[in-house]
Amino acid sequence: MTMRVDLPEETLAGVLARAFGNRSFLIGLVITLLILAVALVSFVWTPYDVTRLVIADKAQAPSWAHWFGTDHFGRDILSMVMVGARNSIAVALVAVGIGMGIGVPLGALAAARGGLADEALMRVNDVVFAFPALLSAIMITAIFGPGAVNAIIAIGIFNIPVFARVARAGALAIWAREFILAARAAGKGMTRITVEHILPNIATLLLVQGTIQFALGILAEAGLSYVGLGAQPPMPSWGRMLFDAQTRMVTAPWMAIFPGMAIVITVLGLNLLGDGIADILDPKSRRRR
Amino acid sequence: MTAYLLKRLIIAALTLVLASMVVFAVMEVLPGDPARLMLGLNAGADQVELLRNQMGLNAPLLLRYLHWAGGLLSLDFGRSYTYSVPVIDLVRERIAVSLPLALIALALSTIIAIPVGVFSASRQGQAGDTLAMGAAQLGVAVPNFWFALMLIYLFAVWLRLVPAGGFPGWGAGAWTALKSLILPAVALALPQAAILGRVARSALVEVLNEDYIRTARAKGLPYRAVLWRHALRNAMIPVLTILGLQFAFLLAGTIIIENVFYLPGLGRLIFQAITQRDLIVVESIVMLLVAAVILINLLVDFSYAIVDPRLRGRQ
Repeated sequence: MTMRVDLPEETLAGVLARAFGNRSFLIGLVITLLILAVALVSFVWTPYDVTRLVIADKAQAPSWAHWFGTDHFGRDILSMVMVGARNSIAVALVAVGIGMGIGVPLGALAAARGGLADEALMRVNDVVFAFPALLSAIMITAIFGPGAVNAIIAIGIFNIPVFARVARAGALAIWAREFILAARAAGKGMTRITVEHILPNIATLLLVQGTIQFALGILAEAGLSYVGLGAQPPMPSWGRMLFDAQTRMVTAPWMAIFPGMAIVITVLGLNLLGDGIADILDPKSRRRR
Repeated sequence: MTAYLLKRLIIAALTLVLASMVVFAVMEVLPGDPARLMLGLNAGADQVELLRNQMGLNAPLLLRYLHWAGGLLSLDFGRSYTYSVPVIDLVRERIAVSLPLALIALALSTIIAIPVGVFSASRQGQAGDTLAMGAAQLGVAVPNFWFALMLIYLFAVWLRLVPAGGFPGWGAGAWTALKSLILPAVALALPQAAILGRVARSALVEVLNEDYIRTARAKGLPYRAVLWRHALRNAMIPVLTILGLQFAFLLAGTIIIENVFYLPGLGRLIFQAITQRDLIVVESIVMLLVAAVILINLLVDFSYAIVDPRLRGRQ
């Protein structure tokens, strides 16, 4: 049986009512769903084919035919932004998955065991923290060459200590509670207590951190693609589009404006969503963020 | 306090050693033979073998690590494969661009963020607070290199106030050189200031609700004095923590921003080295930046002890 002590008298209806009264959450949710929808639609339909180069249409300003203009190869920027959303979301999502999948068990283990295991984990965390995602990406690229997968691994590695810390801190607080003592008295083992009581109670924390890391992952992916360490052409990616735009700022500024706006809106939506979730599930957290 | 500082120092040293092992291990598994790279494809096998011996590449793994790590401590990073000069000379030349850039950006973001945080926290829930935090929310979402492109478009292409890129070198005069660092520093600083401003605000709001703040007000201290002297000081710990973490992001950001503005810093050097497979340069710069991150976090730990007197007594 799972115990949810943090929300004892909370009903689902109550949470939902608060969710739809929370401005951050609503705006964030709408933006996030919109971006997800755009990414999904791009699988079946885009205004133009992003793999076809039409040199006659190159570097056209935004118009009714091309809402966001065209790039230096005559590709439709709106279509590329749509397809680029796929790449950004996929990279950031898998990187969060890596961070959670490895970091949370490690953090939970450190909290449950304490002592030497805890100390060892914290020291390894320190080491990984010393490598910003960009540096990991540089080293991984030096070994395997550039590619979207390397970006995922680099950002994922960076996410591991983040989730390990959050899970450890959250779990430590729960371990000190009385109902855990009761569970231990009932003869439950460490693993069982962790799975049945600790994890459900830190799920909120992890969800909030997950949205934050998702947003950071999108920014990091854009940065890596921009310097050529992420997705490789012809795969459209927002960061790569900005790289192509850089030398054409004078003649075709729209090449830079729209992919950048896509990044800003996506990250803004995710951050608002994360703030909103934190507010709804734990009103006390509002002040801390 | 000595015990606290000592513990932090030992942890930092341990982290540095472990991190150097990671960097060394990564470079060990890399394909490609540095000796063959230096001699070219036409060199005979015995020639390559001779150079390998000279370079110490045939020594046991542990010895090679100790040799490399010992070299780092005496700032001997080895010789660049492509430039055939000591790596430290390349680094010294480039760091004269990257370090001032990162420091200016750090200073700028702090100068902007703290007053904004104080402003917002003291007007909690009012229009000014909502506006400032809305702007901060937006700032957090802006990638610095895209912001840099927009700044170039506005100030260099349109208004022609500053150069769009390049660096004349410090020899061209401090002001001329600084002028080409203004846009890159602003591009780096503003998104960071947004994060820091949010942290400063929430830390302050938390502190302002404490009992001792009410006591300070009750004994007749003016609000300003309470805010700037009592509250801000107590809110400094989270702010300093984020400041330390941000330095790591700033360094990474510097690498990217240098590519936007064509600044001849460490960032440009590392990407050139990657394309030329000059791995010893890559290895050295990565190690240098990692060491910088560890050092900054150590300084942050030390500054806790200064800001928070309670830590001084603790073990």
